[in-house]
This record gives sequence, C-alpha cells and structure tokens, in this order.
Amino acid sequence: MLLKSLSVSKTDFELGTGWSIKPEGACKGDICIPLPESSIDADSGMLNVNEVASAMNLPLAHEPQAKLWAMGPDSIGGRALSSAKAPELQLPDIDGNEFKLSSLKGKKVLVYAWAPY
Amino acid sequence: MPVWQALRQELHTQGFELVTVGLDTLGADGCRNFIEAAQPQHPSLIDQHHVMADLFGVVNIPSSIWIDEQGNIVRPAEAAPAPPKDASEDSGPNIDLPAVMPPRLVEMMGEAVKIPNSSVDYHAALRDWVAQGSESEYAMDEAKVVQRSRPRNEDTALGHAHFELATQLEMDGNHALAIKHFRLAHELVPDSWTFRRQAWSLEKLGDGPISRFWQGPNPENPEDWPYEGDWLADIKREGAENYNEGFKG
Repeated sequence: MLLKSLSVSKTDFELGTGWSIKPEGACKGDICIPLPESSIDADSGMLNVNEVASAMNLPLAHEPQAKLWAMGPDSIGGRALSSAKAPELQLPDIDGNEFKLSSLKGKKVLVYAWAPY
Repeated sequence: MPVWQALRQELHTQGFELVTVGLDTLGADGCRNFIEAAQPQHPSLIDQHHVMADLFGVVNIPSSIWIDEQGNIVRPAEAAPAPPKDASEDSGPNIDLPAVMPPRLVEMMGEAVKIPNSSVDYHAALRDWVAQGSESEYAMDEAKVVQRSRPRNEDTALGHAHFELATQLEMDGNHALAIKHFRLAHELVPDSWTFRRQAWSLEKLGDGPISRFWQGPNPENPEDWPYEGDWLADIKREGAENYNEGFKG
C-alpha cells in the first residue's frame, strides 16, 4: 500500500493490506501477529508504520524525493497465497465504477489478467 | 478478448462468470480502446498498480485464477491460453501491424510462437470444472493451491513495494523516478514478466499501434534504453519454452 507519511489509520491499513487490527494484533484469516504496544498511538489510534512493518516483517520501500512510501505484501509461508480463501479484489472499471470480487459469491469465477502491451 | 467473451456467454447459464483485469499503469487510457471494442458484458476492471501480483501472484499475462462459489481459490495464477477453436486469435489484444514489419518485430513473433500453449488441455479442464465443481480433478485442495502459488520471500515482497512506488510515480508524472523503482522491482522479482513488460511498455516507440509492443531499445538511439533487459533479449536468454509453465493438470 502507498503511504504519504509513516503514520496510518487502522482503517486505511486494513483496506491497504487486508490485515485487520484487533486486540490480539494484526490478523488475517486464522493468523494473528502480535504488535508492540508502542506501535499504536494511544490517543489517536494511528499506527506507527515502521514499528508495524517491522513486527509483521512487511517490506517498506521509500522514495525520499517524492516523500512516498510503499508497503509490500507479506511473505508468510513463502508463497504468494497463504490460504485458498480468495482475497478481496476491489478495482474500478473504465468509467471509474468500483467493483468487488466478493459480489460474485455463489458463482464460479475466472479472473483473467491481461494487458494492452 | 472476444473469444473469452464467447466462452463466457456459453458458460454463463451454468453459474460461471468472467472477470477481466487490465494490468496497466496508464489505467483506463491504456486499456480503453481494447475494452470499448470488446463491449464486455462481464466485469472488466483496471489495475494500475498490479494488485493482481500482490494478491494472487500473477507474474505473466494472460493469466487466470479460478474461484469457486464459496470464494475459495481452486487454481492459483497460471497461464491462460485462448480457447483452441480459434488458435489464430491471441488471447491478448490484437494490434494493427505495419505493412512492412521491422526485423525486431519479426524476431519477436518468431519467439512468441515458441511459447508453450496448452490451450486444449486448459479449456477441457475449465469446462470440466464448470460442469463438475469440486468433483473435478482440476479443482485443487487448499494445500495444493497454496503450494502451486508463486514463491515469495522478503526480497520479492520488497520488489512488489518498489513496483507500487514506481507505478504511483509514473502516474504522478515522475517518469525518471519511476524508472529507478521499476529497475529495483525487476532486480528483486526476476521471475515477473509483467513487472518488466509494464515498464518497457512505457518507453514507447513513436505513437503508432506498435509503440507499446516494441518493448525494447529504439534502434536510432539504443543507448537511451533505461533497463537491463528487453522483451526480445530476455526471452532469448530465458528461452521461449520457459515463458510460462504450461498447463500442469
């Protein structure tokens, strides 16, 4: 996920990474990773990105000239997928209408990646 | 894409849906011509940051992921050849080729035909799954789905972060900085063809229909090419037969 500062709200973090912040830590599916108390600001509830990334072993790339950071995906289990549960995929169509993959529950879905190059 | 639409129309009554995702940092501008020509009835989405790589481990195009009615992946990302009936039509977009083909393009097409194409097996499997669901031998259990998804470690995960930085920088009009992070992504995720093809496609050769398919140095000033490899050099080095793994059942 892209970051313009090293402080992020729980909601944005959850949307950007698929990991939910719960009392027991950062959780996805059956997995919870404990977070140090200092990684969440007691007053604002904002997450300290450096501490969270370090606790969860999430990579952080930085471009100082643009004041921009990107947090990469987790590599738990050494594979792109850590379970068979399809992650939420939310993307726009060419008119900007957002679509959620989860809206197709009950159907067999083939997601087809292509490119115009 | 038209052949996929025909397949979707045919299988739609059996509870099947197709979702196409155009991986392009140029967004709707990059994909619009192809999508408008196809007039899809199915969801047709735009993925500027290649979240398909992060979420599903897509490293090449065209690729597919199969997901069952409960929202479980039953086949992770793999090469998705066009249906066999119309082998002359590539599953990717069609482009108007110039009347006189530059030697590089001729050579690229010569390599492209050597890329494994398991169309017959893939589409027989797809129809079997649509008909039989979890009873199909091609629907994998969870352990196999995870194990067959792409390897990922701390380096490749960092490469994904650099790629996302690069796509945002490109979208913000900061092409030089984008190149810097595309290069880091290529170094850290050497098995991703999409990360490379995306970056190469942004170094357009002119404005014509082949500008984004050239995917390599301009013959007039090759020293300006900002990347280590290019499509033709890389496919020759890696071998077209290794471009994808084919359909493995």
